[in-house]
Amino acid sequence: MKADYVIVGAGPAAVSAAETLRATDSKGSILILSGEKHAPYSRMAIPYVLTGMIDNEGTHLRKNANHFEQHQITVQHDTVTNVESSSKTLALGGGGSVEYGKLLIATGASPVNPPINGLDLPGVHHCWTLEDSDAISKIAGEGSNIVLMGAGFIGCIVLEALASSGANLTVVEAEDRMVPRMMNETAGNMIKDWCQNKGINVLTSTRVSGLSKSDEKLLVTMDNGDSQIADLVVVATGVRANVQCVKSSGVEIDEGIKVDEFMQSNVSDIYAAGDCAQGLDFSTGGWSVHAIQPTATEHGRIAALNMAGKEAAYKGSLNMNILDTAGLISSSFGEWQGVERGEIAEVIDHDNFRYMQLAFNGDRLIGALTLGRTNNIGILRGLIQSRTALGVWKERLLKNPNRIAEAYIANTQ
Amino acid sequence: MQKSLHINPDNCTGCYQCVIACSDEHGDDFNPIKSRIQVFRFEDEGRYVPYTCTQCDEAWCQKACPTDAISADADGAKIVSEALCVGCKVCTIACPFGTINYNADSGKVNKCDLCGGNPACVKACPTDAITFIDANTTGFDRMRDWAAKTDAGSQTSA
Repeated sequence: MKADYVIVGAGPAAVSAAETLRATDSKGSILILSGEKHAPYSRMAIPYVLTGMIDNEGTHLRKNANHFEQHQITVQHDTVTNVESSSKTLALGGGGSVEYGKLLIATGASPVNPPINGLDLPGVHHCWTLEDSDAISKIAGEGSNIVLMGAGFIGCIVLEALASSGANLTVVEAEDRMVPRMMNETAGNMIKDWCQNKGINVLTSTRVSGLSKSDEKLLVTMDNGDSQIADLVVVATGVRANVQCVKSSGVEIDEGIKVDEFMQSNVSDIYAAGDCAQGLDFSTGGWSVHAIQPTATEHGRIAALNMAGKEAAYKGSLNMNILDTAGLISSSFGEWQGVERGEIAEVIDHDNFRYMQLAFNGDRLIGALTLGRTNNIGILRGLIQSRTALGVWKERLLKNPNRIAEAYIANTQ
Repeated sequence: MQKSLHINPDNCTGCYQCVIACSDEHGDDFNPIKSRIQVFRFEDEGRYVPYTCTQCDEAWCQKACPTDAISADADGAKIVSEALCVGCKVCTIACPFGTINYNADSGKVNKCDLCGGNPACVKACPTDAITFIDANTTGFDRMRDWAAKTDAGSQTSA
């Protein structure tokens, strides 16, 4: 088998790339190799399957069942075991091989397990695939006892779904606050207080030290000496880029596959996009893995333009996230930690769970955190990525960070 | 033909009738907080600026949506399907204009949908600060410039 464009993976980066390829090159053959048996779907939507808001089809990235066929994009369900760059050939898990003209690796990431015993016991699951979600929803429910390991971004997305099932939920996080890489100490602890007020038991600075079987249930032991009985343990302790299939291809790998601003690796005709790619970081000018949906689709689009011969340089991804933890909405953008000689503005309303922090470098916004705010928050991205000089509005924002929308409108309209 | 709202802040008197009309059109009540068009007031300058979605061609919200819930209608308006939207809010951080927002009551996101081709805000505006015309003649250059500056996507050449 042979295709002009071969895409390994079937998530948002892959679909965005395939569609851009088709729009740019009407004739070239496009093959998506999907390692899972489903139609291309979004992992991000899985928590909403857990809550019952949507069924499995609701996670599909394109709702028209004939979408890929109509665009002459072939979707084949198979894994890739090896990439041989000298002969431009992929070895498939199901046997056989595929020759490529240009190759896009969009294999995403996989959950990482902590170094403890008992993770293979029945009732212990990741929440990563549609199969995981099926398994979890069979156990989670009114009155069930659930321990969630990890309160990072993915853990907190799952938390929302598990809490809404009516289960007794305990969250165990090794760091000193919730979502430690997305929120500072103030905001991370406000989220913790909020969750505890909602009846969720949150243990920070605590690790699960082991899992064992206890009758038909699981005994969860913590490093503080406590233990709990659980019907279900959900593991969300981080993810790692899926780079196995390119290990012997000569492609440079660090945190992910290293790509240049054209999304190409150091091996010609091999590109990477999405959670497996370490691409240009807008904020630092360095190279980072930003495992978020907007970055995945941008990566996919830029990679595809270049693969189809239309040169397009990426300006870099902005690290950003938005989270809803049991009704409290938080968001983070860019370098919210601030930079040396930069300034930070902060407004805290503990009682009403509202918080806002802005980080400046000179008179430009470089990062932000919000809690309890939903209106116009995209403006934070706009202000950061346009590198708008704030002029007199910087002083105003230092006094009152909530005035971001006015600052934006005044500077642009 | 793609049509879009043309906003001329110089004509705006800050009467807020567009806001009231929008919230009435899209909800059951006259509630400015639920309006999809906002009016920003700059008291010191005596200036009012109506503000809403410009229905970008390459819409960030649409591209970022994980569930295919945002599509374009005949006027080029980007429409949110309430049936498909799961309320993940990713579009609200992806849009650099901040004009798609989460509504906690519905659990979905809201944005300007051009009222199916007959925008209520335009009908309500007494001073032609908001008009609905052919997108190619609206002179959205400032918005386009802004979009280009913000585009995390690319600068294409060739």
